[in-house]
Amino acid sequence: MPDDLTINDIQDRIIDEMSSLNNGLARYEYLIGLGRNLPVPYADIRTDANAMPGCQSSVWIVAEMNHGRMNYKVDSDSLITRGMLALLLRVVNNRPAHEIAGCDLYFLERIGLRSHLSPSRANGLSAMVNLLQGAAVAALSADESFD
Amino acid sequence: MDVTAIRRDFPILNRQIHGQPLVYLDNAATTHKPRPVLEAMMAFCRDSYGNAHRGAHTLSDEAGAAYEDARERVRRFIHAAAAREIVFTRGTTESINLVADSFGRRFVEAGDEILVTTMEHHSNIVPWQVLGERTGAVLKSVPLDDDGHLQLDQLEGLITERTRLMAVTCVSNVTGVVNDLGHIVRLAHERNVPVLVDGAQAVQHMPVDVQALDCDFFAFSGHKMYADTGIGILYGKEKWLEAMPPYQTGGGMIDRVRFDHTSFAELPYKFEAGTGNVVAAVSLAAAIDYLEGIGLDKIAAHEQQLMAYATVRITALDGVRLYGRDEGRCGALSFNLENIHPFDVGAILDELGIAVRTGAHCAEPLMDHFGVAGMIRASLAVYNTPAEIDRLLDGLQRARAMLAPDLSVRRGAYNAG
Repeated sequence: MPDDLTINDIQDRIIDEMSSLNNGLARYEYLIGLGRNLPVPYADIRTDANAMPGCQSSVWIVAEMNHGRMNYKVDSDSLITRGMLALLLRVVNNRPAHEIAGCDLYFLERIGLRSHLSPSRANGLSAMVNLLQGAAVAALSADESFD
Repeated sequence: MDVTAIRRDFPILNRQIHGQPLVYLDNAATTHKPRPVLEAMMAFCRDSYGNAHRGAHTLSDEAGAAYEDARERVRRFIHAAAAREIVFTRGTTESINLVADSFGRRFVEAGDEILVTTMEHHSNIVPWQVLGERTGAVLKSVPLDDDGHLQLDQLEGLITERTRLMAVTCVSNVTGVVNDLGHIVRLAHERNVPVLVDGAQAVQHMPVDVQALDCDFFAFSGHKMYADTGIGILYGKEKWLEAMPPYQTGGGMIDRVRFDHTSFAELPYKFEAGTGNVVAAVSLAAAIDYLEGIGLDKIAAHEQQLMAYATVRITALDGVRLYGRDEGRCGALSFNLENIHPFDVGAILDELGIAVRTGAHCAEPLMDHFGVAGMIRASLAVYNTPAEIDRLLDGLQRARAMLAPDLSVRRGAYNAG
């Protein structure tokens, strides 16, 4: 990933790429494809400690900061959820923690996933977003070298 | 029974979802309202609205009369002996909580036992669990066989001299399995154990007679039988309701209030603190009229026919697993497509305008019994048709084509960008 792209550049690129998907079924098809291609982490992260609560499909997320950048490992038993995770990771993985902590992930609404962002929705997209961003915030506040 | 005519009574069935005509197969969660119900609610709010039992003015009187009329219709609907055995609540959940709390305070002590079953909805498990935590009573559960039926041969051994109450559903909200309540009630009564029946998935599908059933409590909800949300019913035999202390307290349920002593109202008002949901009660009376106008046995025959059709079609799908025995399945049928997450199927079906429920269906012990985290549930109502089952099947085939498992696993780091 070239470093000259910002999180917003990637978001705009995704919005552009998905603009031709003009109905929900096409969007799901795209997400399912992303979900299939999202690699399973080398180490099994499917543990209770990594599980995200309150989601109909199981979601596991591990986050750590290396040299100021966030590395995420994710997994889910649902293909559509994996697709959503793949999109999210494309935007935030390996980005500087301070950029993730402060970013507005506006692309989710612009690619037709607005209804999935409601807290009552069972797939927990908003919970995944909160967890990914929350991990960046937590890593920053734990990192004494951060100024 | 003319389903086409019945469908015309339900305006919401004309809705398009994502550009497709709605196929509503989530009726075990909640049912839609026919015009007579909508119109009764509107007419009451427009012309007669007031607080029931509260004042000496005309509107209050009319509201009070409507509330009591609804109670009487409910009494006739489930064949209770007296209207004072009909308590209005917010729903089945509150009805069960009322009994767990009030019956529990009067009759349950440390070391006593409450018996439920493994197929219960969480609202017929958790209130008893909490009662157990409060009192030291033990919660026991009747296990299921591979078909999702109660292992009734174990029932006798599970009822002990410490059993204070048995709580059991009439119809599973997941598998549609219908329990042999006659046998269960008889066996429990031989040991002097009262029985609470969760009727939430029964009353809209079959005629119910609580006196013939001889159950001690019977709980159900308005919104699963074509009425509004926010009203439920607790039927209780008078001898129990008389012996039980009030659940919530406040206005409307008192006889005399003095700072040194308050005496409580007669049944059923003793259990109805605060302003009742009169509008929902009016909708309930209208819904009962509507159901009885069609005839519960005709509705049952229609739904059974549809269920048989749905069962045959879904069974014919490759790699499908249906839960619960096919014979006698009522209202709901749950299944999974092999190696495909039920949530993903539900999402695709929604895009196709088809409403089903996916997940654990508030029945995690039942999910554990079948060794799954979730299921896809299609549940039927009077307005469903074979053509809608065909749409469901087309949708399932479409979903499976999109989601067919790719069993090769790629491990690695993600490539960003």
